[in-house]
Amino acid sequence: MNALGEWAPYAMLILVGFLPNEVWRMLGIVLARGLDEDSQVIVLARATATAILTGVVGKLVIFAPGALAGVSLSVRLGATALGMVAFVMARRSVLAGVVAATLALMAGMLVFGG
Amino acid sequence: MSTPSIALPHGSGFLGGLRGGVTSIYMVVVVGSYISIGALGHDLGFPLFWTMLTTLLVWAAPAQVILISALGAGAAPLEIALAVGLSSMRLLPMVVALLPLVRTPKTRTHDVLVTAHFTSISMWIEALRFLPRVPRESRIGFANGLGACLMAAATAATIAGYHLAQTLPGLLVAGLLFLSPMSFLMSAVRNAHFTADWVALVAGLVLAPLLAWYGVGLDLMWTGIIGGVVAYAAQRLHEAFR
Repeated sequence: MNALGEWAPYAMLILVGFLPNEVWRMLGIVLARGLDEDSQVIVLARATATAILTGVVGKLVIFAPGALAGVSLSVRLGATALGMVAFVMARRSVLAGVVAATLALMAGMLVFGG
Repeated sequence: MSTPSIALPHGSGFLGGLRGGVTSIYMVVVVGSYISIGALGHDLGFPLFWTMLTTLLVWAAPAQVILISALGAGAAPLEIALAVGLSSMRLLPMVVALLPLVRTPKTRTHDVLVTAHFTSISMWIEALRFLPRVPRESRIGFANGLGACLMAAATAATIAGYHLAQTLPGLLVAGLLFLSPMSFLMSAVRNAHFTADWVALVAGLVLAPLLAWYGVGLDLMWTGIIGGVVAYAAQRLHEAFR
C-alpha cells in the first residue's frame, strides 16, 4: 500500500467504488440490446426500478440516516404527509410538494427539538 | 408515436437536454444531496479532488456515501466493493428501461455508453418524463445533455459542500437530506401512468421498510424482484380483464 502512497485512495475509488457500480450500467446495455420500446421486458424493468426507487424512499424516511436520524419518526412521517398534500393540491407539482415537505421537516425540528 | 412537443435549441438534442436539466426540480435535489456528499468527504479527510472524482465516476449518491464512509472507517476492500455493488443494482433495470427509448436502428453500443454512465435516479426520472416528447433521432443527445447538466451541478455542489462542511447548521443538513426521498416519491406518483407503475410504487414503499425491519438481507433487491414481478402480473391481469 505504501508504494502507492497518496495514489492508494484513487486506486480504491476505481476498484471498490467505480467498478462494482458501473458493472450494472454495462450489464444494462447488454441486456437492453435488441429490446424495443414496447417490449414486455421494459414493462418489467420499469416496474422493478420503480419498486426499488420507492423502496429507497421508504427506507430513507423510516430508517433515516445521518442528520435525519436526529429527527423523530413522527416528524419525518408528518412532513412526508404534508408534502404529499401540497403536491396534490398544487396539481401534482413536485416542486411544491418537495418544498412543503422540507419546510415542514425543518419546522418540526424547530418546534419539537428534532 | 406522440407528437414531439419539446422545441430543441438550434435543433440540438444535447442543448435541449441541458435546458431541460437547468429547469428541472432535480437541479435543486441534486445540489442538496451532493452538498452533503462533499461535506462527508471533507469530514472523513479525503482530498477535494478525490471526493469530486467519486461524483464524476460513481454518479450514484447512495454508493458514494457507502464508499466514502466505509473507506474512511477502514473497512475491508472486498466488503466495500460488495456493499457498493449491492446498493447500485437498481441501475440495471433503469438502464434496461431507458436505452430502448433512446435507440434508433443506426445506434451502436458505444453510442449509448455515455448515456448509460449518466443514468442515475434523478436523470432516469427526468429522461422518462421528457423523452417521449423528443424526436427519436435527438434522444441520445437529449439524455446526455440532461445527464451532463445534472452531473455538472452535482460536481459543483460536491465542491461547495466540501468547503461548507464546518459551517452548515444541522437543521439545513437534515433538510437537504430530505430533498431526495421526497422528490423521488412525488416524481414516482406523477410519472405513474399504468397499473404496473402504481402497484410497483406502493409495493416498494411497503416492502423495503418491512424487509429491512425484519432484518432480511438484500432488502432492496428483494423489493425490486417481488415488487416488479407483482406489478407486472397486475398489469397483465388488468389487461386480460379489461
